[in-house]
Amino acid sequence: MFPSQFDYHRAASVAEAVELLSSLPDAKLVAGGHSLIPAMKLRAAQPAALVDIGRIPGLSDISSDGDSLVIGALATHTSVADAAAVRGGCPMLAETAAAIGDIQVRNRGTIGGSLAHADPGADYPAAMLALGAEVTAVGAGGERTIAASDFFVDILTTALADNEVITSVRVPCAAGGAYLKHRHPASSYAVVGVAACVGLDGGDVASCAIGINGVTGKAVLADAAAAALCGGPASADRIAAAAACVGDAFDEPLGDLYASGEFRAHLAGVYTKRALAVAAARAG
Amino acid sequence: MRHRVCLTVNGKAEEFDVEPRLLLCHLLRAYVGLTGTNIGCDTSQCGSCTVLMDGKAVKSCTVLAVQADGCEVTTIEGLAGADGLHPIQQSFWDNHGLQCGFCTPGMIMTAVEILDRSPGATDADVRHGLEGNICRCTGYENIVKSIVAAGARGN
Repeated sequence: MFPSQFDYHRAASVAEAVELLSSLPDAKLVAGGHSLIPAMKLRAAQPAALVDIGRIPGLSDISSDGDSLVIGALATHTSVADAAAVRGGCPMLAETAAAIGDIQVRNRGTIGGSLAHADPGADYPAAMLALGAEVTAVGAGGERTIAASDFFVDILTTALADNEVITSVRVPCAAGGAYLKHRHPASSYAVVGVAACVGLDGGDVASCAIGINGVTGKAVLADAAAAALCGGPASADRIAAAAACVGDAFDEPLGDLYASGEFRAHLAGVYTKRALAVAAARAG
Repeated sequence: MRHRVCLTVNGKAEEFDVEPRLLLCHLLRAYVGLTGTNIGCDTSQCGSCTVLMDGKAVKSCTVLAVQADGCEVTTIEGLAGADGLHPIQQSFWDNHGLQCGFCTPGMIMTAVEILDRSPGATDADVRHGLEGNICRCTGYENIVKSIVAAGARGN
């Protein structure tokens, strides 16, 4: 299978990409293309034009100021998983990147592309929510920053305007984090993925955030479960009690041939329990 | 609108005039005539079309030829040297690492990256590394054995 016909434009800068997106009818951005090209081959997407940002210089850098990481939109999953700054400052993010797809997918897919595509089975969104990340995007009106909690709007839908380009993601560093997923055996997408962050203060859980993808159309924060763990030790009983609250986060679980909505919601509880235990151990 | 694409395939510089929608796997098979790169699933899952692009394993059914402009591409045909098979190819031969052989080019190209990243790859490392390559004959046993053995022999 091959995609339907389209015009191809290679942007040399973010400004040029924004201009092309603004002026060309029905144009889509492509970088690694690992969400878009499969959809185009199935003719599920038939854009009239592609604007390739894959070679814009400087957009794949990864840096750290000690408190947070700034990851360029074109950083591949492999480069995020391997970067010393990510592995040291935010091991959960490296773990999330390493859990995406397979070697070949991770070599081409980019963090900006994954976030912009906002697939319910993508791995990054849960981590971005749990870590409190911010997406930086440039559009016709200039640059703006979007909190992860405002970024994911619905299934395959984000807060980005049609002519906005993600340039980077700022991710606060966190030692006490873990990302665990139930992997679809063929596609490697997350049937359910849980990103948990735990901060300890004198043995008690002082802060907790839990992001979950795969259950509903967009990744969500399980606030009730996170709140239930705070204010006491991260004991097995308290973690189990907190994980039992994740159902509150799901308005309408989605099902497919592989996993029903009910099964996905159940898995979310199981994986939340496991992810919280690992995150708490790392925080300590 | 057609585009000029220049790439180096197995060490030889080539130039093509292509439609933007041409996939790298089709460029390799139909334009260059290298049919060792197989197309299995067409949904970016099976990995039989894996080639090295600038040294990294990629699924060539999920790369547009225009995106590969300026890149160095290595296919299964480019692995063997003047002195015979590549060590991973030889190891597949020695360990009977294939049955029908359709997935084998992709398996070997991914194995190049697995052993490049982890020269002493264990059975578990290899199984994890082959997540993006599907074989419907062997049950993977001899494929994994071939790659582990190639690593143990210094690739």
